[in-house]
Amino acid sequence: MSLSKEDIAKRIAKEIKDGYYVNLGIGIPTLVANYIPENINVVLQSENGLLGMGPFPFEGEEDADLINAGKQTITTLPGSSIFDSAMSFGMIRAQKVDLTILGAMEVSENGDIANWKIPGKMVKGMGGAMDLVASAKNIIVAMQHVNKAGESKLLSVCTLPLTGVKCIKKIVTELAVLNVLPEGGFQLVERAPGVSVEFIRQSTSGKLIVEGEIPEMNLEV
Amino acid sequence: MINKVVSGAEEAIKDISDGATLMLGGFGLCGIPENCINALVKKAVTNLTCISNNAGVDDFGIGLMLKQRQVKKMISSYVGENAEFERQLLSGELEVDLIPQGTLATRCLAAGYGMPAIFTPAGVGTEVAEGKEIRNFDGKDYLLEYAFDADFAIVKAWKGDSAGNLIFRSTSRNFNPVMAMAGKVTIAEVEELVPVGELDPDHIHTPGIYVHRIFQGKDYEKRIEQRTVRVKS
Repeated sequence: MSLSKEDIAKRIAKEIKDGYYVNLGIGIPTLVANYIPENINVVLQSENGLLGMGPFPFEGEEDADLINAGKQTITTLPGSSIFDSAMSFGMIRAQKVDLTILGAMEVSENGDIANWKIPGKMVKGMGGAMDLVASAKNIIVAMQHVNKAGESKLLSVCTLPLTGVKCIKKIVTELAVLNVLPEGGFQLVERAPGVSVEFIRQSTSGKLIVEGEIPEMNLEV
Repeated sequence: MINKVVSGAEEAIKDISDGATLMLGGFGLCGIPENCINALVKKAVTNLTCISNNAGVDDFGIGLMLKQRQVKKMISSYVGENAEFERQLLSGELEVDLIPQGTLATRCLAAGYGMPAIFTPAGVGTEVAEGKEIRNFDGKDYLLEYAFDADFAIVKAWKGDSAGNLIFRSTSRNFNPVMAMAGKVTIAEVEELVPVGELDPDHIHTPGIYVHRIFQGKDYEKRIEQRTVRVKS
């Protein structure tokens, strides 16, 4: 059975380690915050200029001056810090952020990502995505394995305008966990419970590498 | 101390004329210079080039200037949430230059630090790199991006003093300090204008040297774009 968005987030949360500074993109990545184990210390970065992003405020306690990169009202936490947007991207560029989790429209087998523009449709802009993928040392893509038209989003070559090149190392979809190998190719690491290797192969347009027995994901937090 | 105080938004923007290049602080609707935007709408200057991370919404922020067709070109990183913007863009009435958010912030920073250009990896291998100089440092490619050249920077701060020193509050800081440094003329509107001596020098985010005009803002709406809350259990 393929995973829900919450389950994808749950699986990604297992990649977060104690002491990590983490930038979460919009969509499924935002949900990851709900599944970070309570016994580890993690600081969430919001690229508009905040380290230590807390949960949404209680009703009536919203502060128009305190928002995240998705423009949602949020809160700070003890130990939070606030800075300008240039410093925010300075720490991203200087690789101080340990893990970046973002969504994608397409990923290619050499690690290129496309997630900002569909030709012929209204383009809203790349926001901070190009800065993040160009600099982050550790990027996980959270996305659906196939698009709404049923076409694979894991391709040999991206067809959409690129956001960054050779930067994605890991992908978590509703079907599988895959590593993008430096020499090219999607290495199947884990399957969603009940999903066959054959089904993942059919859903992957780029080069899929399957070696040995592929275990099912463990979603226990 | 040099006194930078002007009477209000109208006086602050009085010499902004058609064709000017403006930087406008804020992220989404957070920390935008509401008073100056309203004054620019009233003054009806046109043909403006606006450098701002976002373009407001249909009925607030830079969206108000777009509605009146005052903007010739937007330089932004993300421009969703604005139907009139979309219409003008698709009809070719509005020119838009979309650039990565970190590049936008750092091109402001470069201007304020007196540096002509920066090198950034953002956009290498994408259409953003088209026509730009690429340099390789230590095995990695970087794009050369130029410092912005803006006639006016318009920012909003929480507190400021009559010498132009500014303090920002929470994430409404965003692009405001770097834009404040980057304008040939910088205009600051503040929620609370105080006499010199009241702000602790150690707490100043933007030193007054960067600020040419400052005024006590009024009637801040501080609209929230995405009100998200949790329920008390």
